[in-house]
Amino acid sequence: MSFMSKPTVRHPKLPVNDIGLTVRDYEGGMSTLCAGCGHDSVTGALVQAAFELSIPTHRFAKLSGIGCSSKTPAYFLRDSHGFNSTHGRMPSVATGANSANRDLYYIGVSGDGDSLSIGMGQFVHVIRRNVNMLYLIENNGVYGLTKGQFSAAADKGSKAKKGETNLQPPIDPCQTAITLGATFVARGFSGDKDQLVPLLKAGMKHRGFGLIDIISPCVTFNDHEGSTKSYAYTREHFNLAIAADFVPPAEEIKAEYEEGAAMPVELHDGSTIVLRKIDWDFDPTDRISALRNLQENAEAGEVTTGLLYIDESQPEMHEVDNTTKTPLVDLEFSQVCPGNDTLQKIQSRYR
Amino acid sequence: MSKPSVNEFTIKVANANGTGSASANGMLMKSLFRMGVPVMGKNYFPSNIQGLPTWYEIRASEKGHLARSGRIDLMVAMNAETYKHDLADVAPGGYLLYDSTWPRHSMLTRDDITIIGVPLSKMCNENFPNARIRVLMKNVAYVGVIAALLDVDLEVIKQLLSEAFAKKADLLEANQLAINMGYDYTKAHLDTPLPFSARTSDKTSDHIIIDGNTSAGLGCVYAGATVGAWYPITPSTSIMDGFKHFCELTRKDPETGENSFSIIQAEDELAAMGMILGASWAGARAFTPTSGPGISLMSEFLGYGYFTEIPAVIFNVQRCGPSTGMPTRTQQSDIMSCAFASHGDTRHVLLFPADPEECFYAARDAFDLADRLQTPVIVLSDLDIGMNDWMCTDLHWDDNYQPDRGKLLRAEDLEKIEEFHRYLDVDGDAITLRTVPGDHPKGAYFTRGSGHNMYGAYTEDAGEYLQVVDRLRRKWDTAKSYVPGPAMNCSENNNTGIISIGSCDHAVREAIDALGEEGLGINYMRIKAFPFNGQVQEFIDVHDKIYVVEQNRDAQLKSLLCLELNVHDEQLTEVLHYNGLPVTASFVVDAIHRDLAKGVAA
Ligand SMILES: Cc1ncc(C[n+]2csc(CCOP(=O)(O)OP(=O)(O)O)c2C)c(N)n1
Ligand code: SF4
Ligand SMILES: [Mg+2]
Repeated sequence: MSFMSKPTVRHPKLPVNDIGLTVRDYEGGMSTLCAGCGHDSVTGALVQAAFELSIPTHRFAKLSGIGCSSKTPAYFLRDSHGFNSTHGRMPSVATGANSANRDLYYIGVSGDGDSLSIGMGQFVHVIRRNVNMLYLIENNGVYGLTKGQFSAAADKGSKAKKGETNLQPPIDPCQTAITLGATFVARGFSGDKDQLVPLLKAGMKHRGFGLIDIISPCVTFNDHEGSTKSYAYTREHFNLAIAADFVPPAEEIKAEYEEGAAMPVELHDGSTIVLRKIDWDFDPTDRISALRNLQENAEAGEVTTGLLYIDESQPEMHEVDNTTKTPLVDLEFSQVCPGNDTLQKIQSRYR
Repeated sequence: MSKPSVNEFTIKVANANGTGSASANGMLMKSLFRMGVPVMGKNYFPSNIQGLPTWYEIRASEKGHLARSGRIDLMVAMNAETYKHDLADVAPGGYLLYDSTWPRHSMLTRDDITIIGVPLSKMCNENFPNARIRVLMKNVAYVGVIAALLDVDLEVIKQLLSEAFAKKADLLEANQLAINMGYDYTKAHLDTPLPFSARTSDKTSDHIIIDGNTSAGLGCVYAGATVGAWYPITPSTSIMDGFKHFCELTRKDPETGENSFSIIQAEDELAAMGMILGASWAGARAFTPTSGPGISLMSEFLGYGYFTEIPAVIFNVQRCGPSTGMPTRTQQSDIMSCAFASHGDTRHVLLFPADPEECFYAARDAFDLADRLQTPVIVLSDLDIGMNDWMCTDLHWDDNYQPDRGKLLRAEDLEKIEEFHRYLDVDGDAITLRTVPGDHPKGAYFTRGSGHNMYGAYTEDAGEYLQVVDRLRRKWDTAKSYVPGPAMNCSENNNTGIISIGSCDHAVREAIDALGEEGLGINYMRIKAFPFNGQVQEFIDVHDKIYVVEQNRDAQLKSLLCLELNVHDEQLTEVLHYNGLPVTASFVVDAIHRDLAKGVAA
């Protein structure tokens, strides 16, 4: 159960990152999810990504909604503040927290139910505002925690465990996000950590709103024959369109990519994502092209993955609002209270 | 109530929405104020942008009675659609002014009042070429008429005009012309002044005229709020307008233009509430203004804030319910829904300001209480306080004030302690230590609306759950020593009392004065906060008969008193006003008369 904390024994041989922490320092409490649940693999990838970026653990804030997926912030980054909010409402809490302190790394964890049904309103608006955060949808096509009802991400024709067929079209969070002006949109698979970790790192470093829709199978309610969100189905239909490698600021970009196939995109802090086009039609810096390809691939029954769209040029929420660079929480009271003299001047207009 | 006389009268202007009458009426009110005469101004406007009827009531009262009196001495009937209603509204012996450009409507006859005609449209048509200007100037012209009828100082009006149109010479000229037209016509054709009129006095120095939403927004700036999130809803919208205005005035870096505040127009009230919880959790002082429907939507998050102990300040500018109700009419009908908003055993700290002056200080107190008690605090204002212009005592800010951030530990505090546990009561007042993200690894904790134990970990254990919810109940008791106590006005000789709340205050005080003149002494207690502290119980204990005056149908304040305190059912008598208009002094007097008569009859 989650209130058992994992023993934090230090292994002398574990490698340390640039700030002297081991991967263990980025872990959290013991998971209470079903053995084999995709969400646990995402947790593992998050731990790895945060460790590799050498970000001090307390500089993260992790937030979530409600669902099996939304429980996972308890299982990584034990030295970070966590906020397990209400169902579908994580985006607003993250927006508020970010407005108060713009300097933290915000990781939002949600489920397909949490984001695409009850939370759809907040999901679309957090994108519009370009809140600087990494938003993960751990997408299993069902409501895991309430025992397997179809979610709005379930594909048409996908079969529930008890045999019922889903007749409604799915909402694709990636297409939705690109349409709404999201500035970083990717899709991953909990079963492919090698692909996921660099995407997570790039998403954390991206300035503005970053979405990663992660196919994360529910072994208990949606991993059977006939489900389009099972491990087997996802592996079979997995289509890697754009591979992304994350290169931190100081490092040279290794020249092992074929000329023309690689496209470096510089992030705000000086790090770089090197995009490697696998699908030659796909241009992840062109919204229209990205959308068209996503739609065509979806029609063909493919699960398109990789970094699907990126735009580093858009201002995030605080830049749009021209908020002071000092996080609002760190302002002194004297900087925000105008004092009695000013009050008396203001009052003269009310006589 | 008392007979109209010098500096004791009420004028009501009937108009159609969208004709620009608001500024003319405001000017009339302010000119009385500048003459040193205490004034009340109340705007009864429709939920509509153009066309529906609107009224503005101005009361002058040298004695300082600033509730609605319950009688109209002069009706300015500018809207033919409401003639019938407006005619009936005039007190016997009163006056009705109409636009006599056209023949008098057959409906406009009443034997016991005087009807005055002034050809306002005709005058405007003759003097102003532009159609829109004619409509606007008709309003200004009736101000000129009233100035003549009531001896309002023309110089004061002209001064106000020159301030308002300092940068618009053509409009200034038009306005002055319209005032003169109305004034001169009246002086030439009618008997002036009326038996009641205005005279320069000295009762308004050290006072301002402001609405409660503006002062609440200003209070948030002074209290150091840096994050405001909201979804527009009448009658609360102007709180954020005010906050934004004063922030831009005082919190914008003159060189960089950077803002030391963040205002987010949310997608709905659920989001607005989530945003301020997020911002408060991250350490900012954050607030959201809303009204009843918004509170309904915020309920889930309000319960979350209560259980996870996150400070937050919510202004509920109450309007007429249930449901959408009458959005532009006033009521105090969210007392219950705010006290217990959300499922489960949830209860919230409430503040009840009575006027704009108290709204300013209530903002400061609400943030201090929220931080100190680590819980959402709801300030229950209402449309009457929030949107009407009130005369109130000058605001003052103590420059030595430091915000009470409660048990908030920042990085330097965390350095000094061994370990931190979010929900552990270390000193017995049931309030625990709090940290903000980003400061220090030692401060990390996990906020969850699900069951948690005193170390902040997930639990489904019965005993651990009880430790937390029982402590929350003890914290409620602690809250009683922090919230403001009631305002009292008592004499030992009286054994009848009135308990009231918020914007009923002026009407109740005037009623108590009137009943006192009849020889009935009444003690008064105005509730300023929930939970009720010991003084509230004491007041109830020492009075045999108590009237509870409030503006809702279901006696919500009375019910809350009965729920929370030791009260004998027959001790409290309801006096309920809930038609959407602000309560009048005469309503309270009449209700008490009726009740006393009942006692005599029995
Ligand atoms: C207001 C509200 N309604 C309903 C629920 C019940 N509920 C809990 S989790 C959940 C669905 C979660 O689905 P998803 O986000 O896909 O997460 P998963 O469990 O699949 O990871 C529902 C409906 C709730 N917690 N709150
Ligand atoms: S029910 Fe499904 S989603 Fe939930 S923990 Fe189990 S496998 Fe994961
Ligand atoms: Mg799901």
